[in-house]
Amino acid sequence: MSVSSVMPQTTSQAKPSWRQTDAEPFVRIEQITKQFGDFTAVNNVSLDIYQNELFCLLGGSGSGKSTLLRMLAGFEAPTSGRIIIDGVDMSHTPPWERPVNMMFQSYALFPHLSVEANVAFGLKREGLPNAEVKKRVADILDMVQLGHLARRKPHMLSGGQRQRVALARSLVKQPKLLLLDEPLGALDKKLREETQFELMRLQEELGITFIVVTHDQEEAMTLATRIGVMNHGVIVQTAEPHDMYEYPSNRFVAEFIGNVNMFEGTVVTDERDSATVHCNDLQGLVYLDHGISCASNQSVSVAIRPEKLRITRDAPNTPHNRCEGVITEVAYMGSQSIYKVRLASGCEVRVTQPNAQRDSGDRLTWDDHVHLSWDPDSSVVLTS
Amino acid sequence: MIKGNSWALKLSAGFGFVFLYAPIIALILYSFNESKLVTVWGGWSLKWYGELFRNEQIMNAAWISLKIALISATLAAVLGTLAGFVLSRMRKFRGKTILSGWVTAPLVMPEVITGLSLLLLFVAMESMFGWPAGRGTTTIVIAHTTFCLAYVAVVVQSRLASLDETLEEAAMDLGAKPVSLFFLITLPLISPAILSGWLLSFTLSLDDLVIASFVSGPGNSTLPMVIFSKVRLGVTPEINALATLMILAVSVAVVAAIVIMRRQNRFQGP
Repeated sequence: MSVSSVMPQTTSQAKPSWRQTDAEPFVRIEQITKQFGDFTAVNNVSLDIYQNELFCLLGGSGSGKSTLLRMLAGFEAPTSGRIIIDGVDMSHTPPWERPVNMMFQSYALFPHLSVEANVAFGLKREGLPNAEVKKRVADILDMVQLGHLARRKPHMLSGGQRQRVALARSLVKQPKLLLLDEPLGALDKKLREETQFELMRLQEELGITFIVVTHDQEEAMTLATRIGVMNHGVIVQTAEPHDMYEYPSNRFVAEFIGNVNMFEGTVVTDERDSATVHCNDLQGLVYLDHGISCASNQSVSVAIRPEKLRITRDAPNTPHNRCEGVITEVAYMGSQSIYKVRLASGCEVRVTQPNAQRDSGDRLTWDDHVHLSWDPDSSVVLTS
Repeated sequence: MIKGNSWALKLSAGFGFVFLYAPIIALILYSFNESKLVTVWGGWSLKWYGELFRNEQIMNAAWISLKIALISATLAAVLGTLAGFVLSRMRKFRGKTILSGWVTAPLVMPEVITGLSLLLLFVAMESMFGWPAGRGTTTIVIAHTTFCLAYVAVVVQSRLASLDETLEEAAMDLGAKPVSLFFLITLPLISPAILSGWLLSFTLSLDDLVIASFVSGPGNSTLPMVIFSKVRLGVTPEINALATLMILAVSVAVVAAIVIMRRQNRFQGP
């Protein structure tokens, strides 16, 4: 879900800044590399992040996303490359001089200070008058609905309350850029969902640029204006959530985000507005409604999302984009059902179907012989 | 595996405790003895406590010992904290292991050697720079600080090792420069360790006989030294009373140190 769909009334016509070619980036990461001894944690990453974005760095553990975030905060100095924040080169600026605040995964609340004193800590370092510190602390605590707990110590709070204190503490200095390291990681599922929307609301209200590090692809899809997927210290793809899901640029992204059926094949024809790929696993041709601009006979992967497949008992009346098999597994999930279908080639395909009717009468079940089919614009061809 | 407390376990624990504490309990009981003879029971009395407080030599030595313990525990707390901080925060460098070994060496060094080497050092320093002039309170304080420092360094170092580093990062992120970071975040968080190190140093200094014997001078005998010289001439019930009071003081300090160490863990709970 992108910001443009959340608040169409304000951005209905204007293109978001990251889609404009001439927009000035707010954070510019230029060919950043970070090495720890022989290990390269971040490898020549370049990335532009724009004002008011909620950018998600998504990746597994050891992908380099946290190291990148720590370099933005100033806890690690890059081995090479530059970090420019709001037009100023901050590659080697110490953390206490950056207009950046961070919310830590562990929350890092000072255990010997009350909630109030934790939140006031940053403001006092600026040397603000006491009255103003008090007012701003009270305001931000009200905003995260913790005013009544101001005098408590962190160990007397629940996990969700600590998370909100950490958020308040990182927001109270009104940073230009807020970094969030797995902000929802320690919360239970229900609280996590509520907090996701809370974060999005805050980000829109305050107009602060957010960079969120997460390993949870669902979280990234919900929160982000754009996602950058990292793997082995490299950004593999940067895109809006919708594009990331529908048009992954390579196998890693396709498999990392959501579920996908992947078939190996070779290009048969490739024209400007159509292409065909032969897949042994599907025992037939995959027909696409767009060109893929690569050599014929090149081997490629065809990726089809489980929900893009139609599953029927009767044969579909299309010559291409079809196959048949036997249902080997059925999982009823309530809102949808997941089927695993074994094709004649032995390959297993995952299909999801919404359970639109309460009782469809003729429900598909184990060992049923079924036909699968999909539209020419449903599959994605991946060359890398 | 033995589940629960079997009778064998209880018996051996009981035997151990009797072995440890029977002599001390006997000493405490006999400090309330009316009789002038240490080994003959003559009924309950606080007489020897009164005698003790009228004995000027002992009261004088007690005051010197207290003074030395207060000063050297404080110096050891400051220097030991610095040592512990440096050892846990410096990045790995050649010789770091040796350096941390050196700091803790006085823990295992025989006291005779520590005392003798310090005495030789003080004598050499006096002949070279004229300081410290003679042996006395100053040299005892220096000697006690030296070996107490090691205890504080070890306690502080282990506390710092278990300290969540993101707390310090969070403080820097919120605008704290290194100096205010140390005084506002690091120091309060390690203060229980420093305090328990201080209490430990205080009791060690109060107890020490061997090192003090080497480095003290005329007219500067500490309490343990006075007791030791007295018992060589025969034990008086007065000494029993004094020993009881010292046991009380040391127990209070050690229990306080343990309680403080425990409390610091509470902060790290969920």
